[in-house]
Amino acid sequence: MSAGSGFTRRGFLRVLAVTGGALVVGIPARAWAQQDGREDLAILGDSWTALNAFVRVEPNGRVIIGARTPDMGQGTRTSLPRIIADEMDADWAQVTVTPLPLGVEDDQGTPRWLYGPQSAGGSTSIPDAWRDLRQAGAAARWLLVQAAAARTGLPPDQLRTEAGWVITPDARRLGYGELAADAGKLSLPDAGVALKSPQAYRLIGQAARGVDVPAIVTGQQKFGYDHYWGDGLIAMIVRCPYFDGELDHLDAGAALAIEGVEQVLPLPAMPAGTLLGRGPLGAGVAVLARDTWSALKGRAALDVRWKSRSGGTASTTALEGQAERVLKGAATTLVRRNGDFAHAFRTAARRIQAQYTVPFVAHATMEPQNCLVRIDPDRAYLMAATQTPRSAFDVVRQITGLDAGQISIEMPRIGGGFGRRLDNDYVAEAVLLAKAVGKPIKLQWTREDDLGHDVYRPFGVHALAAGVDRKGHIVAWRQHLASTSKLWRRGVPDDRLWTSELYPDDPPAGMVANLELAWFALDFPLPRGNWRAPGHTANAFAVQSFLDEIAHATRQDPLRLRLALLGAPRLLPYASHGGPTLDTGRLANVLQLAAQRIGWSSRAPAGRGRGLACHFTFGGYVAHAFEVSVSGGKLAIHRAVAAADVGRVIDPNGVDAQISGGTLDALSTALNLAITVRDGAVVQQNFPDYPLARMAEMPREVEVIQVPSQADPAGAGEMGVPSAAPALANAIFAATGVRLRRMPFKPGIARIG
Amino acid sequence: MPLPPPTPSASGIVPEPRRTGVELTVNGERYVHTGDPDMPLLWWLRDVLRLTGAKYGCGVGACGACTVLIDGKPARACLTPVLAARGRNVTTVEGLADPLGRLHPVQRAWIDEDVPQCGYCQAGQLLAAAELLARKPQPSDADIDAIPNLCRCGTYPRIRRAIRRAAAIASGEAP
Repeated sequence: MSAGSGFTRRGFLRVLAVTGGALVVGIPARAWAQQDGREDLAILGDSWTALNAFVRVEPNGRVIIGARTPDMGQGTRTSLPRIIADEMDADWAQVTVTPLPLGVEDDQGTPRWLYGPQSAGGSTSIPDAWRDLRQAGAAARWLLVQAAAARTGLPPDQLRTEAGWVITPDARRLGYGELAADAGKLSLPDAGVALKSPQAYRLIGQAARGVDVPAIVTGQQKFGYDHYWGDGLIAMIVRCPYFDGELDHLDAGAALAIEGVEQVLPLPAMPAGTLLGRGPLGAGVAVLARDTWSALKGRAALDVRWKSRSGGTASTTALEGQAERVLKGAATTLVRRNGDFAHAFRTAARRIQAQYTVPFVAHATMEPQNCLVRIDPDRAYLMAATQTPRSAFDVVRQITGLDAGQISIEMPRIGGGFGRRLDNDYVAEAVLLAKAVGKPIKLQWTREDDLGHDVYRPFGVHALAAGVDRKGHIVAWRQHLASTSKLWRRGVPDDRLWTSELYPDDPPAGMVANLELAWFALDFPLPRGNWRAPGHTANAFAVQSFLDEIAHATRQDPLRLRLALLGAPRLLPYASHGGPTLDTGRLANVLQLAAQRIGWSSRAPAGRGRGLACHFTFGGYVAHAFEVSVSGGKLAIHRAVAAADVGRVIDPNGVDAQISGGTLDALSTALNLAITVRDGAVVQQNFPDYPLARMAEMPREVEVIQVPSQADPAGAGEMGVPSAAPALANAIFAATGVRLRRMPFKPGIARIG
Repeated sequence: MPLPPPTPSASGIVPEPRRTGVELTVNGERYVHTGDPDMPLLWWLRDVLRLTGAKYGCGVGACGACTVLIDGKPARACLTPVLAARGRNVTTVEGLADPLGRLHPVQRAWIDEDVPQCGYCQAGQLLAAAELLARKPQPSDADIDAIPNLCRCGTYPRIRRAIRRAAAIASGEAP
């Protein structure tokens, strides 16, 4: 590889001409590492197979664009490259998308990240891409235009670009492919290049189809579970059912006698306080075999017994009792206080109180956890179905002691994430095993492993109280939440454990004069983690259900009550993820749009009820409205509406999929799902007792309304979840007069009759 | 059917015993499985043939990610021993297109409706839909509701639309 004749020393983007005349544009590591004084020549690859930049233009006009974020169904392999392609005016039909591995190299013992943020979580892939990836496209376009200017003798500002061509005022067309070699020799201005004006977008805002879909529907798409490495062994683990348990007895004789089983390796439990992947790994016994069936037979043949240590008596029934007791005592953390709640509540014309219960739930990604690892003395190679490749990288370094430059991590397409794969416990297991065995291994979790050894959405009991004045205004609001913090055992100090449970600026904070939010710690040994739109799923359920209860108790229209509470359109400070501000006008707007679509102002058909809810999640505003009936203990969801304002929409088809899918995911979970614990172990084993909704239970259509917006994009992966459960509970109340305050709803619905 | 024992040749060298096995057809190709006849079809397809379109999702026949067709009928490959498919025709998603590579109407409809999100369950959904359409070329909503395959991403509304579109493609009403 030869470097271009003069790339910028401090510029954001760098150009390198490579053999074969292709143009490659990447963002140098310095943009993130903020290092200085040293040029890095090896940032971009020099061959097709080593492609490691965002954009490459081949002499034949084909444009290869790298997708840096793992795609687990949120569509980033499609949406991120389209942002780049639009800025460079590429012809989408000429674009090939290449998934990028973790971009890292060693800089004197410190990892240097080559592609910027690569994790997929918090709905941040699109907002991050909006901040930096447009530059990659704009730079490519700028270079191609300069090359065309040199070729034609025309000033660059007289040239325009369109779908893979530079076009002169007299309509001469120069293809990107024929310009690529010249463009690669140019350097970018230190000041950077201008981005397109939004009026010029040709791909952004237009519906796209997923780039992997043809491969998926023909069975050619490889997920993590679908990869095999040469002489690698399949590893499956028998896991201690107790959270803090350990091995009591092991006889591997019968397992080792099974043809195909090669090794049996105990994995001891790690001491509390160990942070590896997510925290301490639990105890297990790994069976390593030549194929899955042998491994499964070996697992079944193991003579293994476990003993519990501290957590052997834990139960979720007892946890509910603990929550009741704790809520009567002093708060662990006062999260927010405005005015004087006690006084305003005592003197209010109406006082309303209710309590809502949110169970533990599991992620149940359709593809169970898996990871392929090969450890050589000086090299680690991973195919890791992870949402957080950098933290997987940290796990590898921690276990192997290898340098940054010796660790390669590829991310396959992932069969669902939902926050589960933000934790890399399974990566840690696979690395430990590969290191111990000295062969490549492919760790495969079973569904039982997955449901029994997840990091679960926290359990919580929300005690709400409100005071309403004679005009129907809410003058006092209190939310006391007793929950098992998601951040427990994650190296977070005790006085910060509340931060994952209550978001201090969530509505109605800032809208009610006398307000108190407080968190009460619950002690429970079940591991917790991030579940799609983490704390919002619980809080939106409690808050938006309670607003409905207030409306009914004070004979107000639930829509009008919410709009009055939101008040005039204004920006309120919002300190948690999704801030720095919350626009009450945008939240009111989606609520009104959903209400209009469901026909809020008209009477529901006989026997049916309608319910609404809205929520602000990670910068996106979503409202749900449902029309339902209950008959014979069975729920029918006749209509489902979701209105979403997620800022500028990159791909309306993708946003529709995410909001519609998020809605169904939320409904399935709210109706059916709970993880319970008895005798220190998770009760649920597999889908028969953790019944994700099937097609028949779900609405036949979700009517998704997308609000046109010029605001920066917020992402859409999680916003469709939080307001769906309360809107459903509110609709069920409207239809039946029965208020469901406990998820899952199905047992409550069955009692309605 | 047991094969006769090997007989010594004139040279006196005893040939290796002929390996018996389970013969079956997968996507039009004939195979002999010589390993454990109880091995579930799913793991034989994946670990041995490296046809990874059929997915592992639960291992208990509850999710449908491993759905294949055996003589045209949907089967849970995770619970079906290879032996149970002896002499039968197995179709996986890799074999859903016709021998010329033309996509099955459900595949075309799945692309047109952009059904998949994560995509992991979709091979099973496609085979379930293909079987439904073979049985009922114009399925009702209730027929579609009867498909029991799980999707955690919530693609059910698009699956429903794609099945309708596939029905129209198959009947010539849609391109």
